[in-house]
Amino acid sequence: MTTQSTGRQERAGLSTALRFARENPVTLFAMSGLTLIVILALLGPVITRYDPLASDVPHALRPPDGMHWFGTDELGRDVFSRVLAAARLDLAIAVSAVGLSMAVGVTVGCFSGYHGGWLDRITGRIVDVLTAFPLFVMAMALVAVLGNSVENLVYSTAIINFPFYIRIARAEVAARRQLGWVEAAHVSGNGPSRIVLMFLLPNIMPTIAVQASLNLGWAILNAAGLSFLGLGITVPTPEWGIMVANGAHFMSSGRWWLVVFPGCALMATILCFNLMGDGLRDLLDPRTRA
Amino acid sequence: MTPPILEVEDLRVSFTSPRGVSEVLHGISLSLQRGQILALVGESGSGKSVTGLSVMGLLPRQASITRGCIRFDGREITHRVPRELRGAGMAMVFQNPRAALNPTRRIRNQLADVILAHEKPTAAELHRRLAELMEQVSIADKARCLAAYPHELSGGLCQRIVIAMAIACSPDLIIADEPTTGLDVLTQKAIMDLLLDLTRARGMSMILVTHDLGMAAQYCDDVAVMNKGYIVESGRDPHALFLDPGDAYTRRLVNACPTEQSRLGPQSVSVPPASAAPLLDVRNLVKTYGRDFRAVDDVSFTIGRGESLGLIGESGSGKSTISRLVSRLINPDGGQILFGGQPIGQMPADHFYRTPLRRQIQFVFQDAAGSLNPRFTAFDAIADPIRRLQQGETSELGERVIACARSVGLPEGLLNRYPHQMSGGQCARVGIARAIAVDPQLLILDEPTAALDVLVQAEVLALLERLRREKGMSYLFVSHDLHVVRMLCSRMLILRHGKVVESGSCEEIFRQPRDAYTIDLLSAIPHFRPTGNGA
Amino acid sequence: MISRAGATRIGLRIVAAVPALLGVILFAFIMMRVLPGDPAVYFASGPNAGQAEIDALRHKMGLDQSMPLQFLHYLEGLVRGDLGNSLVTGQTVTQDMRERLPASLELTLTALMFSLVISLPLGVLAAWWAGSMWDQWVRAFCSLCFCVPPFVSGILLVYLFYYMFGLAPDPTGRINIFTPLPHRVTGMLLIDFALAGDWAGWRQAAEQLILPATTMALFVIAPLTRMTRAAMLSVVNSDFIRTARAMGLPTWRIVIVYSLRNALMPVLTTIGIVFSTMMGANVLVEKIFSWPGVASYALDALVASDYAAVQGFILLMAFLFVMVNLVIDLLLSVLDPRVTVE
Repeated sequence: MTTQSTGRQERAGLSTALRFARENPVTLFAMSGLTLIVILALLGPVITRYDPLASDVPHALRPPDGMHWFGTDELGRDVFSRVLAAARLDLAIAVSAVGLSMAVGVTVGCFSGYHGGWLDRITGRIVDVLTAFPLFVMAMALVAVLGNSVENLVYSTAIINFPFYIRIARAEVAARRQLGWVEAAHVSGNGPSRIVLMFLLPNIMPTIAVQASLNLGWAILNAAGLSFLGLGITVPTPEWGIMVANGAHFMSSGRWWLVVFPGCALMATILCFNLMGDGLRDLLDPRTRA
Repeated sequence: MTPPILEVEDLRVSFTSPRGVSEVLHGISLSLQRGQILALVGESGSGKSVTGLSVMGLLPRQASITRGCIRFDGREITHRVPRELRGAGMAMVFQNPRAALNPTRRIRNQLADVILAHEKPTAAELHRRLAELMEQVSIADKARCLAAYPHELSGGLCQRIVIAMAIACSPDLIIADEPTTGLDVLTQKAIMDLLLDLTRARGMSMILVTHDLGMAAQYCDDVAVMNKGYIVESGRDPHALFLDPGDAYTRRLVNACPTEQSRLGPQSVSVPPASAAPLLDVRNLVKTYGRDFRAVDDVSFTIGRGESLGLIGESGSGKSTISRLVSRLINPDGGQILFGGQPIGQMPADHFYRTPLRRQIQFVFQDAAGSLNPRFTAFDAIADPIRRLQQGETSELGERVIACARSVGLPEGLLNRYPHQMSGGQCARVGIARAIAVDPQLLILDEPTAALDVLVQAEVLALLERLRREKGMSYLFVSHDLHVVRMLCSRMLILRHGKVVESGSCEEIFRQPRDAYTIDLLSAIPHFRPTGNGA
Repeated sequence: MISRAGATRIGLRIVAAVPALLGVILFAFIMMRVLPGDPAVYFASGPNAGQAEIDALRHKMGLDQSMPLQFLHYLEGLVRGDLGNSLVTGQTVTQDMRERLPASLELTLTALMFSLVISLPLGVLAAWWAGSMWDQWVRAFCSLCFCVPPFVSGILLVYLFYYMFGLAPDPTGRINIFTPLPHRVTGMLLIDFALAGDWAGWRQAAEQLILPATTMALFVIAPLTRMTRAAMLSVVNSDFIRTARAMGLPTWRIVIVYSLRNALMPVLTTIGIVFSTMMGANVLVEKIFSWPGVASYALDALVASDYAAVQGFILLMAFLFVMVNLVIDLLLSVLDPRVTVE
């Protein structure tokens, strides 16, 4: 009976996925875009012949051509291979920062929301304050305190993100705590920890996934913004924010490619994450669907 | 004879969704004379609300009238209802009155908005009109109500305000869509009496959309029974129609409707010998919320083995709190709960799941679909208490779950479905199967049929009665519906504001209620069978 | 106008903000102690202060005392408005802040106004015709706006409107250095020029302001529009709108008085969050446009390890954030009769 039912579920899942793709072309587009970006980032060293760090001064500031698809920068480095290398770094920062804040935030939020009481109220207050404070400023200060390095950039991005997960997990758990099926779980002999982990967590995971998807875009924006200001990651490491900051000096002489390509890569990635987050949300809550 | 105020001819309405087009009204025809009150009766999904909304031109965007014709006072309004007509020609009263009023606008302004939308009275005239309206809907404390925001008023008062808005511009037709759902029995009667009086006094017509046959019979001249988008039967005098239905569906509906005469087969309540120790003994139970709100105030009762006790009360009477106290979901603030002679009131609710008594006290929840974990299949839901409470016997888990499902009449094929893939009745059966899976001695049922349509309710009640007899369980049955309690219980307890106002055997209380509140409660229930005239 | 409950609520909010402020102050204090270097150096008269002066300062500042005592001294200094001296400018940090804050506020408030003027109508119309082609376009526009980082959009705007079309003035600073400044009243140039009646100067200041303000507005249009749409949509689908329609109220009244009025409350809460996002984005925008505000000041200080200035900026942000939230609470309690003391 079990195998038979799993098979049926898989088929049902597949047809649901197909129907979803047909009805949500935008989400499908975002997902394929992201897949493409990830593949390009991973295969970067294979695709390009150039070392993203190797300078070639005689060929500096060349506009895009067949040799250098995205042109070269002031030291003659190949912009295309730098954009790809930066994708690797930025995605890695975003994924590890969001993963870190999600793990901590969801755990804290779930238990806080489930148990309630004064501890929960204090958590709530702290989270409210943190999320309303200018987070970019906080990230700047954190990087300043911790020092310039990729890890510290990840930590500071994680720290400014995790109040959001606490808040969402708390709200979602608190909203379900009094529901019939949670009371029923009590009556069926489940203890509090089991109810949180086996009943509540799986039910709030979709909402968390939406938040994570939106947050990934935001984490990239944050990391690139900090690097743009010269915080966190430093030259010559290829990173989109630094590349834009660097290229800005050459905009006035008409060398647009130094800003436009890393800028577009940044925008495309954030766009895909956001569209995917929106699509996931629509999938979960058909009421908000247009 | 004057032309009818409202004529509906062969009305078809379809909903468009990404999944396709589905027709929800398959050509219905109605005709309503001036001064006449028509009941549209049916279960949820029968299309009765859609009919009302179509007439008002308030169908949601994705719905459209595909065929047929609606004429109001001889004027064709099928596809476009002029704005002036709404409010001045016909008005609608909805269920859930608190949500029907703008939360950020004072009552005075909301009423004035309606009048100003259709007329241009002077300030003094407007003021006088508002005062008049408040009188007409029998609101005594005029000034306070007019200055209030909706959240400061009770549900009953809010519904009076909505009715005042509806009659403000003297429409010829009022459509009342379940106007008393969610209100208490006594308020329900007051609101319906008010609507009836106003309609009669002003010579208006009314369409009452309701699921309650008793209400239809008591307040309407005419009735149309709807099922799945068709009018299956209609006629003058609902009493006569319900007593002698011509249509098979109507007959099933009427028979399923709990009334004073309804019985669940032969009454075989085994009254335990008085000397035997009761299974559950609740003494002076108290639960306080906030500083001084006593939700349960010194309540005592007993339930014998194999006995079922009904707990009756309106919303806020503390009946749900008692059910949760007894099932040890929350902690009492005073009093004792003895289960089989063992005090269980003092154990913290958070730790009760570890005691062996957990499996003896099980619970069936009000909202069946909402009491099932959306991520569990029916199988998992039923298996969960067995896994948790009867460890070491899981080898035969599959068989036990199937046996349980069979005993509640749940087809085996539904066991790998998720709650959203099942109907309300099927979810209710899963909820009951889960509760009886560990063979409890006491089953607490918190309005288990309140969210169900009347036909399904009848099936579930019959199932519960059969299970009780087969398994020898005791029931604590919580409900607001006196008739339902009477069908299932031998004794009942009537609660008000957290206190017991009357208790005794059901027969006695129905025959000779002593407390004034009980008498009110009994007389407020709408019914369609003349009392004293056994069917 | 404000009910008694509303006043109590605001009072409670002020009290509730105290721990938040204290937290930020503690953070700033610890930061000052954790960061490499000697605080006495930052509070000294300048980079050339001698060892003797620093030692005297160490004693005067109580740096030889225990941490809790030091924290008390630090708090005392804050109460007197003493934030130390900036290494870069050589002035007291308080003085620097006072000079530069109006520039940042002018930029942020103008940007907020721009974004509200665009977002509110877009959101309302998208909700009213939810699911239409128009709704889809608004949605696409929001997605695009949201994914452009302010430092990219700023640079592109400068490239387009200054270098290519020559429509905008030189994108550095608030005003052409040759333009005589008006008498300083608020420090916000648009207001001061207007007060002085110097409309040519006003025009110049406005031209300088347009690009940075647009850059920042673009960044927050998406969240504001989306929130407006979502709030409107939930109101439009609510029961009381159906009742209003069933009673024949005119459409404009339903949209403005019944829907927008109720949708405004969640939007207002969003504005608070958006404002603090903008204060963060200020850092980027001020850097691109060499805007002499507090954020670019803090950034320069951060790069130059001028920590007294940095902590001054953080405290200022905390203070602003408390004020903004108070104002929003105040507005909420005026708008929503249901707001009561928690």
